[in-house]
Amino acid sequence: MKTKFLLSILPLSLASAMAFSQSIDVQVTNLTHGMHFTPVLVSAHDSNTHLFSSGQAATAALQTMAEGGNTAPLIAASAATVVNTDNIAAGLLAPSASSPVTAIETGVNTHLSIVAMMLPTNDGFIGLDGWKIPTEAGTYTVLLNSYDAGTEVNDEIIDTVNGGAEDGIPLAPGMDAGTGASGVTDMETNQTVHIHRGNTGDTSLTAGISDVDSRIHRWLNPVAKVVVTVK
Amino acid sequence: MKYLNRKSGTLAIAILSASLLSACGGSSSSNNDGNETDTETMSYDITVTNLTNNQPLSPLAAQLHSSEYSAWKVGTAASENLEILAEEGDNSALLNAQSPYVYSAVSGVGAIGPGVGGMLSIKADINSEMSSDIKLTLISMLVNTNDAFIGKTGVDLSNLAVGETVKYTLPTYDSGTEANSELAGTIPGPADGGEGFNMARDDVDYVARHPGVVGVDRGYSESVLNSTHGFDSPTAVLTITRTE
Repeated sequence: MKTKFLLSILPLSLASAMAFSQSIDVQVTNLTHGMHFTPVLVSAHDSNTHLFSSGQAATAALQTMAEGGNTAPLIAASAATVVNTDNIAAGLLAPSASSPVTAIETGVNTHLSIVAMMLPTNDGFIGLDGWKIPTEAGTYTVLLNSYDAGTEVNDEIIDTVNGGAEDGIPLAPGMDAGTGASGVTDMETNQTVHIHRGNTGDTSLTAGISDVDSRIHRWLNPVAKVVVTVK
Repeated sequence: MKYLNRKSGTLAIAILSASLLSACGGSSSSNNDGNETDTETMSYDITVTNLTNNQPLSPLAAQLHSSEYSAWKVGTAASENLEILAEEGDNSALLNAQSPYVYSAVSGVGAIGPGVGGMLSIKADINSEMSSDIKLTLISMLVNTNDAFIGKTGVDLSNLAVGETVKYTLPTYDSGTEANSELAGTIPGPADGGEGFNMARDDVDYVARHPGVVGVDRGYSESVLNSTHGFDSPTAVLTITRTE
């Protein structure tokens, strides 16, 4: 009797798991006044996957993204079932700009993560970590904070050696930063992923402690808005 | 256990669709008894609490409107009426602007200081047959800045019943119309007593979230602001109670 009951439910549950793929639209808006985002990666995955975890050391793949904007290692490290939609803004996402509305089929995946480096920073990034995709149709708004990967000293020196991926800030896309800075700090106290403390900056384009402009390259959280439409 | 979960999920969906059906039935029947001359007064008490340390808020501006109107949009250039409010704290141009989508517009009385003394109530009455599309815009300048404003536009009040209260924390926006120079003579608030509105636009010319202020204590020696003028988000709490 008991066996029969279980057997009758089993095909139903398999059917519902297979039919679980959802059609969603994702749009990311850069809310900041003066910070650019590198190519935005949107990743649909299961409940156990994390592109980053606050309070834990960054993976090498996350470090590469956070320090230089390169999402390829994060994508390469993904399980086969993960649906990665990379570079949804087709390049940099400028301050206050919105990506196109991007259609995604989630497949077997139930959670959404989003990352992109913030420029100019040493290893700052926007982050959405494992947001559960609602099953009910509707429009959902999520606000993202800025994180520090904890992998690079926030010296705020623009250094294009190796595209800035190894040390320093790769560039300020607004071409409004300076040169000749001595460096804000040579220590990274918290070497785990944490909420970014913000740029320090200064107002000198040729000297001072920082190459970034304290009046322009600042931000308060949240730094990005994500609108998800579940269809 | 897995199977049990799945089963309860199916049950929940079944219940949800039943309640959606009944909700549809309810609203369509109530639409049938009105005629064109029927109007309804919707009144709201609005309170804004200033959460900053040393940023007085300019007199509040509140508008009730339909979803066709919005006072600003991130990534879009500010209107001149918004620019005047964001640079000078003067809300009269914004509130006096005529729009078929704005049902009423009200100004608060006086600036709202930081902290516990910073509360004010305003009230707006409207007569409208479009009660399914009632939005609120609330806006005010942080006066010790070049062009920062706080607020929310398009707050949906259509489903707020009489006696109900909703609460929002408010972010800070930058109108993008005046550079955040923090220089003497450019900030209208008590930190400077400088210029308010200037129609020249010497900043990015789009609305975005405000980056915060720097100030002299963070090494910007020309700034007339100091650490007391700093702020983080949120900068205020908005409380809306429908009274009629």
